[in-house]
Amino acid sequence: MDRIPILRMGELLLVTIQVDMHDRLATVLKDDLANRISATHARGVLIDISALDMVDSFIARMFGDIAQIARVMDAETALVGMQPSVAITLVEMGVPLTGVRTALNVEKGMALLRAGLQEERADDDAPAQ
Amino acid sequence: MTINTRIPEVLERHEAEILSDWMKEQASALTQRPDLMKESEVREESTQFLKLFREALAGNNLIEIQKPVWAPVREFIGEVSRSRALQGFSPTETATFILSLKQPLFTRLRQVHEGQADYLFEDLWNVTVLLDKLGLYSVEVFQKTREDIIGRQQNEMFELSTPVVELWQGILGLPIIGTLDSKRSQQVMETLLKRLAETQSEVAVIDITGVPIMDTLTAQHLLKTVSATRLMGAECIISGIRPQIAQTLVHLGANLGDVITKASLAGALAVAFKRMGLAVGPVRRQSSDTA
Repeated sequence: MDRIPILRMGELLLVTIQVDMHDRLATVLKDDLANRISATHARGVLIDISALDMVDSFIARMFGDIAQIARVMDAETALVGMQPSVAITLVEMGVPLTGVRTALNVEKGMALLRAGLQEERADDDAPAQ
Repeated sequence: MTINTRIPEVLERHEAEILSDWMKEQASALTQRPDLMKESEVREESTQFLKLFREALAGNNLIEIQKPVWAPVREFIGEVSRSRALQGFSPTETATFILSLKQPLFTRLRQVHEGQADYLFEDLWNVTVLLDKLGLYSVEVFQKTREDIIGRQQNEMFELSTPVVELWQGILGLPIIGTLDSKRSQQVMETLLKRLAETQSEVAVIDITGVPIMDTLTAQHLLKTVSATRLMGAECIISGIRPQIAQTLVHLGANLGDVITKASLAGALAVAFKRMGLAVGPVRRQSSDTA
């Protein structure tokens, strides 16, 4: 059975979806990601969906779930490179995707997550001084 | 139905005379437009039509112009009507081209059927029905052509109505002028998102200074556009909210939520600059630098 590869880049996990998402694949991805976050103590998850030109409500909900799971495990999620058609579909379906950060491409998404982590660290350091 | 008609024969024998009579008829008609079409062109078209008309009649099928034998005539009329519609003729002027053939044909038929009132009546009726049908067909094509023109212009206006401009590197602007209906809102959303993806811009400013009225539906559409922009990873600012529109929005209870709204495009641009870490200030000129 095919899986979507999860790459580790420092504190971040990078997932690039290059194939058509179907329900089973999405469920497996959710499980895998939860396991990897716990195993690697990742602080951020970057999901690149620029190659995805169709989503249904199930997949959309799955992204929301992943973000919430990651949040519970202390990792931020960024969804990057969403196609216009996908964005329109999600809005029309009324999927809010709350708690998910978005960026135009992987580079900007990574900068966003790193900036978030740095801010957090600055906040952590501040009271100690 | 056996048709005991002499119309084909008349046309065959008197084609030249009919043509010259017809030309006179067209010239004397008030609907002639010498400013739009030269007489020689009219003559050419008339000659061509008579030839095709005669050939179609030879098939001995008088009434049913839908039959394949009439196809060349229909095609020719279509062509003439189309070109006239484009040149700016009126429907009456276009139809008169066909209908004015009645008089010359009637004259000839009367000569041929001298003393045979029954036959004459039958042929006159045939010619009338036939030419009326062809005339109506020409009007139909004329109408269709005009509708096509209108449709095309509408499309052009529609496409022109939603330009997406680059205000700064990474900042897109979308000035909306005119009423926002659902079709146009959809177009606005699609073009904006497409351009966002193309240019990888981080901020989009929708300027609604030119939108005369705003209802809940329009507000809803704007909100959807903002949400979709966010999903793509960009920020969307709405600017140019006029006092009346602000009042309407509040009155309608439309919730613009956490959308950034600014009164003017300048305000929106300032927010966009700030977001991108840019600053605009006066150039400080020092006299020592120029030396």
